[in-house]
Amino acid sequence: MRYAEAGYYLEVDLATGNIERVATDPKLMELHLGGLGTSVKVHWDRVPPETKAFDPENLLVFSTGLLNGTPVFSANRTVVSFISPQSGTLAYPMMGGFFAAELKYSGYDKIIFKNKSPDWVYLYVSNNKVELRDASHLQGRGAVETQELIRKELNDPKAQVAAIGLAGENRVFTASIEQSRSSASRLGGGAIMGDKKIKAVAVRGTGDVFLAHPEAFMREMQGVTDYIKYRWENPIKDVMTILSGIGSPQEMLHTDEKWHTENFAWGNARTRRRDFWTEEIDESWSKSQHGAVKRLISCYNCPTHCGALISHKDTPRYMAKCFGKLTYAMAAYVDDLDFSWKILQRATEYGVDSFSTPQILAFAVELYEAGILTDKDFKGCPSDKEGRFFWLLDRVARREGIGDILADGVYFAARKIGNGAEAFDHNTIKKHEQLPIKLGTLDPLYFLMYSTNEKISITQMEGQWPQSAFPTMEQRQEFVRDWPQIPDEKFKQIVLDWELRGEKSIPYFPTPDMCSEIVDWMEMMHNIDDAVGMCCGMSSFCLKPPYHIHNYPKIISAATGMDLDEAGLKQIANRSRNLHRAYNNRLGIRRVDEKPPEDHWKKRFPELEEELLSTYYTYKGWNNDGIPTREKLEELDLGYVADDLEKRGILKNGQN
Amino acid sequence: MAKIKKKVRTITVNADKCNGCRTCEIMCSAFHAVPPYSSNNPARSRIQVITNRLEDIWMPVFAGEYTESECMGRNKYIIDGKEYNECDSCRAACPSRDLFKEPDSGLPLKCDMCDGEEQPVCVKWCLVDALVYEEREVEVDEKDVKETMTEMEVGLESLVSKHGFQKVMDTVARLSKKG
Ligand code: SF4
Ligand code: SF4
Ligand code: SF4
Repeated sequence: MRYAEAGYYLEVDLATGNIERVATDPKLMELHLGGLGTSVKVHWDRVPPETKAFDPENLLVFSTGLLNGTPVFSANRTVVSFISPQSGTLAYPMMGGFFAAELKYSGYDKIIFKNKSPDWVYLYVSNNKVELRDASHLQGRGAVETQELIRKELNDPKAQVAAIGLAGENRVFTASIEQSRSSASRLGGGAIMGDKKIKAVAVRGTGDVFLAHPEAFMREMQGVTDYIKYRWENPIKDVMTILSGIGSPQEMLHTDEKWHTENFAWGNARTRRRDFWTEEIDESWSKSQHGAVKRLISCYNCPTHCGALISHKDTPRYMAKCFGKLTYAMAAYVDDLDFSWKILQRATEYGVDSFSTPQILAFAVELYEAGILTDKDFKGCPSDKEGRFFWLLDRVARREGIGDILADGVYFAARKIGNGAEAFDHNTIKKHEQLPIKLGTLDPLYFLMYSTNEKISITQMEGQWPQSAFPTMEQRQEFVRDWPQIPDEKFKQIVLDWELRGEKSIPYFPTPDMCSEIVDWMEMMHNIDDAVGMCCGMSSFCLKPPYHIHNYPKIISAATGMDLDEAGLKQIANRSRNLHRAYNNRLGIRRVDEKPPEDHWKKRFPELEEELLSTYYTYKGWNNDGIPTREKLEELDLGYVADDLEKRGILKNGQN
Repeated sequence: MAKIKKKVRTITVNADKCNGCRTCEIMCSAFHAVPPYSSNNPARSRIQVITNRLEDIWMPVFAGEYTESECMGRNKYIIDGKEYNECDSCRAACPSRDLFKEPDSGLPLKCDMCDGEEQPVCVKWCLVDALVYEEREVEVDEKDVKETMTEMEVGLESLVSKHGFQKVMDTVARLSKKG
């Protein structure tokens, strides 16, 4: 019997309509756990590096995590992986909600789509019954609308549907995959679905997921529960509200947005409005939010309700989470939060991500104001800020006129438009829009996370480490006093020594060596989360979370029956991380690509940045170009990867 | 008539607090697995969260008695601007719907209040207190005290109503011969 995992992949050939249920090798779990880990392995084995995003050979993989469908709180992520049309690397946006568990109960760990369908289809998975169904009647429908229509068609309110909207159908590079209160949104998963002509995937399962050691498992669950309750009753002191608890940032609950609105940049990552948050704004935003949020809702098996059902005046209802509430308003310089609820609804139905998309629209406005885009490009566009954004959003989702160029994202649009537009592309890394943060002095930890992680977008890379030094020694002592989540006691000393100003402050402290270890730790936690399907809001994206390196091995062992300790778990995370790295190296990623935008921090330190990168590479066992060495790969049982990299001339035989 | 004291165990549902996480379904099914917690499958749960997300409906419903026939009522109600289907709030396993039936056998499920546990597990793991457990002592007429049916009885009763008493007996006899 297989524990925690289902032990089967569903292989769907869209060109022929052939569907197969394929048993997997149990050894894969020992090597890569599941989720992102095993997905990377699938891509490595089956998608050669010559493949481009819209080639039929590009695989689209929907994956559950190892612990999805077990009673482990908040393990509900679906990882969607593919070669991204935007970055050209292996992308893996994730969504919460209800999809992954349902797929597991249906008896599958992954759905692997290959080739392209000649006509619009949706896949329906219900235990042993799996079929591609005609979706021509759904073409042009919104992503939320489509989920409802399919649920009605199947006459099953518990069917979970992941769908694309018009943007995905039109292969917009920021197209998302929407599902319930969540979406897999970054790097163009919706565009790949659209390219393959998959309008939606619907799943409903009524099978069992087994646990190897129930008693030990429930002991761990009890511990996690006790901790969740403890944290609820004892928020972390001296950090901002959204970081003081657990769960993803509670943007649907909290109304105080002083920190975000004054510290993140408005427009196309341009202006910080240091005195934005006045009493009147506070009042009007609170009123708007309380009016719009009908109910706070959770993802599957999570008590933390970070999402909300939105019912704003006569705008059709939809579900929202997290940060989209701010991104459109801030990008458009609109001070009225009502605008957010309205445009977010349309954006959700189109199925576009709410980080990149507003940046792209703001970029277009900037080009227009600078005279690079003209009245001809903006023909028919209203002149007010709100109207302009709605108009631009429509053009992008439909790929009409200037929208067709913008739909490829800031990086490609800037190059296509030319005429100086490249200078306005100042907030992308690896061709991907970043959070609009433009701060003062280089932050060495963020520098490394931004530059080097395969997730490319910073939004989910940080988390376990405090965002800045605490001003007083008392606060530092208080913070480290109760911190069992750290992998090593030495991290406490760094927090104690870390000052806001002076010698032991950023950018030179934490030192490059320390930064390497801290970033490696955070990255490891994200990797484990993405393999087991854990919401990073309950783990790696969270200060002092319920899941950490010390209880994870016990939980995973009890669930799967694998004999796993901390060292073993670290080794697996490392293995999958390096395989992913090597895959992206194979797709062309090198040291020169690992660069935050030039004006990301006002004060930059070019020499220190090079040192940070070199130190980190060395720490990771990568060569000076950011490629894992043969020695490192062999240590991780990835000798076959070293062979491949050598064969392709990416690693030079005998030298690093 | 003689009055006797009886302990009544109930769960109050505060649907407005429910966040739709379905943890109650997960834990109920895991607890009733054999051995307990060895598997998990919300389709086997004796509590089901009825949902219509955009309508703002997240309503936990406990499995009640089995009914042999489907009812004639198919009304819709609007409460607080939300539309409820009459079936939504019905606690019975009936021939016309799959709710509260074992997915493999089709046998009906019934909430047993997690007999033997200090507190029902669905209540215990609903961390937002949408489910609240209550234990009350009430005085009842002696004649009203009915033994609650065991799980096997519920299953057998439904088999009998479906296939007839004789057929069930014959099957049992045949099985016992096989040893
Ligand atoms: S913490 Fe929030 S985002 Fe994460 S699983 Fe729970 S409800 Fe979903
Ligand atoms: S556990 Fe509680 S909050 Fe979650 S679905 Fe059940 S009743 Fe609702
Ligand atoms: S009381 Fe026990 S049997 Fe009844 S629904 Fe809750 S967990 Fe299930």
